[in-house]
Amino acid sequence: MTSLTYMLSVNGVDYPVTAPRDRNLLSVLRNEVGLTGTKEGCDDCECGACMVLVDGRPVNSCSFLAAQAEGRAITTVEGLRIGQELSPLQQLLLDEGGVQCGFCTPGMLISASALLAENPRPSREEIGIGLSGNLCRCTGYAKIISAVERAADAGAATAE
Amino acid sequence: MTDMASTEQTFQIAESVDEALRAIAAGARPIAGGTDLVVGSRQGKESLPPALVAIDRLAELATVQSVAGGLRVGAVVNHATLMTHPDIVANYTGIADGAALVGSPATRNTGTLGGNVMNGSPAMDTGAPLAVLDARVELQSGAGTRLVPVLDLWTGPGTTSAAPDELCTAVILPERPERSASAYVRLEYRRAMEIAVVGAAAAVTLDDDGTIADIAVALTAVAPTVTAVAAVEELVGAAVDQDLLDNVAELASAHATPISDLRAGDTYRRHTVGVMAKRAVAAAAARARGEHIAVPVNRSLGIGAAQ
Repeated sequence: MTSLTYMLSVNGVDYPVTAPRDRNLLSVLRNEVGLTGTKEGCDDCECGACMVLVDGRPVNSCSFLAAQAEGRAITTVEGLRIGQELSPLQQLLLDEGGVQCGFCTPGMLISASALLAENPRPSREEIGIGLSGNLCRCTGYAKIISAVERAADAGAATAE
Repeated sequence: MTDMASTEQTFQIAESVDEALRAIAAGARPIAGGTDLVVGSRQGKESLPPALVAIDRLAELATVQSVAGGLRVGAVVNHATLMTHPDIVANYTGIADGAALVGSPATRNTGTLGGNVMNGSPAMDTGAPLAVLDARVELQSGAGTRLVPVLDLWTGPGTTSAAPDELCTAVILPERPERSASAYVRLEYRRAMEIAVVGAAAAVTLDDDGTIADIAVALTAVAPTVTAVAAVEELVGAAVDQDLLDNVAELASAHATPISDLRAGDTYRRHTVGVMAKRAVAAAAARARGEHIAVPVNRSLGIGAAQ
C-alpha cells in the first residue's frame, strides 16, 4: 500500500503525517495525530460520532479521505475548549445531563458548535436539524437539545 | 512477493480542470466529497481505485452562475448550497427539496451535485427533480465538451453513459417559463440519514386560467434508474383538482417497476410512489400559483415525523 506524506492543520497546530493513501481522516486523527476525542462509531457515515469541522463545516471524518484535508483547517473536540476551560456549550451539556456514556458527545459538540456559529439563536426544530446526523443511544436527545438552547441563550446574553 | 507495480496507488489534488482531465484520461478516478467512494471502501476493507484525482478544490467547478438560457451549477457545488441558493430555491425548487433531504448537515456539506449525478443511484434525491427540469449534464474530456440530458446519462443502478475519460463539470438547468414551479417529495421512515423508499418530482406550468400548460413527473427508487412518467403529458389542459391528482397517482404507479428489498416490498412501493407523485404535483402547482411552500416539501407535509 502506498503511503503519502502531508501536513494536517488540527486545532491550529500543523502535524506532519505519513499514512497509507486510503486512510480516512478519522483514522489519521486518532492514530497518527494522536487526538482520540473523535470517535469511531459506525464507520459508515451514519452515526456522527466521528464529526469534525473542516474549514468550519461539520464533516463525517470516517468518509473523508485524510489526504484531501491537507491545507484545510480541522477542528476536533479537543479544539473546542477555551484556554484550559470548557466552552460554555461543553459546560452546559454537563450541567443539563446531556452526557451519559459519552461516546456521541464529541460529535454532538462539533455539530452543535457549528450550528451556533452559523445560527446563534436556533429554534428547537433548527437544533434538531443541526444535530440530525448525530445518534445518541442514551439520552433521548431532550437534554442535549436543552443544553444547546441554553448555550444559545448564554451566547445571546454575552453578545448584548 | 508482491508485484509493486500492480499495487501502486496515486493521489493528486488537481489545480485545474485540464490537470484533472489529463489524470482521468490516464485512468484516475475523480473524487470530490468522497461520501460514496470513501464510505464504499469501508476503511480499506475494499480498496479505492488505484489512481485518484481530487477535484473538490477546483473553483471553476464550485460556482452557480446564470448563463444564456438558464443556470449553470458546477459539479462540486454541495447539497448545502443547492438547498439554500436563491436562484435554485426560487426557480428550481424541486432540486432544493431533494438536496435538503440528503443525509445530515455533514453529508450535505460534503456531497456534491456532480457526485450524486455520476454515482447514478436510482434512489438519488436530486435525480427526479433534475429530470423534470430537463437538466443536462456537462461532460468534459480531452476531446471536448458535450451536454447529455440526465435521463440519457443514467443507464442502470450505478452506471452512466459517460465515457471513462469524461468528467462531469456542471449541470445546466434551462430557464423556466412563467407560472411554473417544481417540487420533490419522498417517502422516508425517518427524517435524517435516510434514503428514499420511493420519491417523485413534478414540474408544472399553469395557463392563465390555472389549467395545466405543461407537466413532467419523474420517479425515484422504483426502477433501475430515475425514470420519467411520459404518460402524464395526456394531462395537459386539465384543471388542477382531485381528479388530476388521482390520474397522476395512477399513471405513476403504472409506470413503476419496483423491486422488493429490506426497505419495502414492490406492491407497497408501487402504491406509495403514486401517492408521492400526487403530492409532488399538488405542491408544484401550488408553488406555480405563487403559494409559498418551504423547502423541503417533506417537512410541510409531515412525512417522516413521529406520529
